[in-house]
Amino acid sequence: MKAGRSPGLWLTLAAVLAAGLAPAIAESDTMREGMSTLLIFVTLATSLNILLGYTGYVNFGHIVFFGLGGYCGFYLLSRHGWPLPAAALAGGISSVLLAGMLGACILRLRGAYFALATIGINEAARAFVSTFPPFGGATGLSINFDVYRRYGGASRALWTVYASLLAAALAAIAMSHLVRRSRFGLGLMAIREDEDAAQVMGVRAPRLKTIAYMLSAFFPGVVGVLYFFKNGNVEPGDAFRLNMSIETMVMVMLGGQGTLMGPVAGAAAYERLRGYLITSPLFKNLHLAVAGLSLLLIVLFIPAGAVGWLRRRFPPLRRFLE
Amino acid sequence: MSPEFISSLCDGILMGCVYGVAAMGLTLIWGVMRVVNLGHGAIMALGMFALSLLVAHLGLNPYLALAGVALLGFVCGVGMYWTAVHRLIDAPYLSTLLSTFAVNMMLIGMGTAVFTTTPRNIDFAMRTVRIGALAFPGTRLAAAAIAVLVTAGLHLFLHRSRTGAAIRAVASNRAAAELMGIPSARMLSLSFGIGAMLAAVAGGLIATIFPFTILSGESYQMRSFVVCVLGGLGNPLGALAGGIVLGLLEGGIPFFMPVSWVPVIEFAIFVLVLMVRPTGLFGGER
Repeated sequence: MKAGRSPGLWLTLAAVLAAGLAPAIAESDTMREGMSTLLIFVTLATSLNILLGYTGYVNFGHIVFFGLGGYCGFYLLSRHGWPLPAAALAGGISSVLLAGMLGACILRLRGAYFALATIGINEAARAFVSTFPPFGGATGLSINFDVYRRYGGASRALWTVYASLLAAALAAIAMSHLVRRSRFGLGLMAIREDEDAAQVMGVRAPRLKTIAYMLSAFFPGVVGVLYFFKNGNVEPGDAFRLNMSIETMVMVMLGGQGTLMGPVAGAAAYERLRGYLITSPLFKNLHLAVAGLSLLLIVLFIPAGAVGWLRRRFPPLRRFLE
Repeated sequence: MSPEFISSLCDGILMGCVYGVAAMGLTLIWGVMRVVNLGHGAIMALGMFALSLLVAHLGLNPYLALAGVALLGFVCGVGMYWTAVHRLIDAPYLSTLLSTFAVNMMLIGMGTAVFTTTPRNIDFAMRTVRIGALAFPGTRLAAAAIAVLVTAGLHLFLHRSRTGAAIRAVASNRAAAELMGIPSARMLSLSFGIGAMLAAVAGGLIATIFPFTILSGESYQMRSFVVCVLGGLGNPLGALAGGIVLGLLEGGIPFFMPVSWVPVIEFAIFVLVLMVRPTGLFGGER
């Protein structure tokens, strides 16, 4: 298989795996919490990249899949006693179905119109969830502490969640790579470069865009369920943070949109930066402003992101940096 | 129809005029340079705060202070154009969406640090005007009147003045306008300034009516998008009409279903209009 012989993919997977195993080896809970956040970022950024990087469509509502998938899975888990793996899969699948339905409507819009519609979707989803009675309205849902007993106590349950997060991140990266190397991915990139020309050449733009949108929805849904299971509760404000969609976009742009490694590197860099800004007394209240400034500087001066810039600057590295 | 329903619809129309002004700023910028200004809400929030500071510290009448707010908005807009938009004017739309959003994050982030997110309001009240069974708060009437005046002013500026004609020329064909000796970059920055000015004025007007926080701009920005699309993107007069339609919806919907459904319906309409009639309810064929 040609797609398997790619140093870039294996390098990325190895790096994520090594970083992900570190907390398990050190058996440190603080390290695990930090890495969980990072793995969630990696998964969100990598899946957003399929739409933002490969297809060139701005999606301000990426976090909707995280929130709504998380809600669906959490609902099954807490109210119907589904086991975690099944609930996580159900969360991912419900996100995909939602994306399929939304995509059929809003992906007929092009360019900036699509971006506007996705902002609306985030707001509408939050409003919908806070008024939908089975999802607990504005207070959300929470799980009984007993549920953790099924997974061998709270501490064991948290390690299980962590392992699942790691697996989800690795799977998202592998999926991103497969899309990139496939005929389907080439179609997406053709749409990014020139949608009209692509359609003339026989690319079925609406269908491809919808599939890309659905693919990008799956892992956020899975990760959403894991995240809310870890927290023990879910509420609308926490599930649909527009900021989080934007932060994910910053990660993708920072690392390099349309590359495989970019979103991973961007997520790691952003997590570090955010951790520093939030804890430093000077920037504590300004972390949003600093994130905005870095986004502006990237867009203005290095629109290809770190990986894209390195690839252009040092052609020999192209074999490894994808 | 009950009097409450009618008075709620009237309130909706008055608020709708203000939404119209906010949307006019967005739609002007879109019409002239095909840029969606995602910093619009942040500038509205700045307008709110500027007005409240001017009123609280200088003791100005809010409607007088509005002139200062307008000037501030204009300066912000021109500054924003040269820093965040000018370099990207010919880049794919993705870049300007991200760069204006970055400005939004910076403004909101700094605003949150300075003003925190506790709600504020402007201590100012006007006599309530009664017509039959209907009562109109004076501040809303004044806000709607100013909104209509601003709309008329913008229309006259665009269609009667030489600069306005130059802006319209740049909007319809930048390259040709440049060949006719119109400094297109200056016109673009001017229209961005006017767009931001309209946002700041709308923010100021809203601040005289409702309490606000630094984050309130966001929800009004959402409404502005809906209004722009209803009125047809790039059509300033349509924006006022779209604003009134949205105001009527906001006034009428709560009588039929819970208030929290209003945004869901607004965005359903938004997406529907974009798909079925992308030139807006009042727009002509393009």
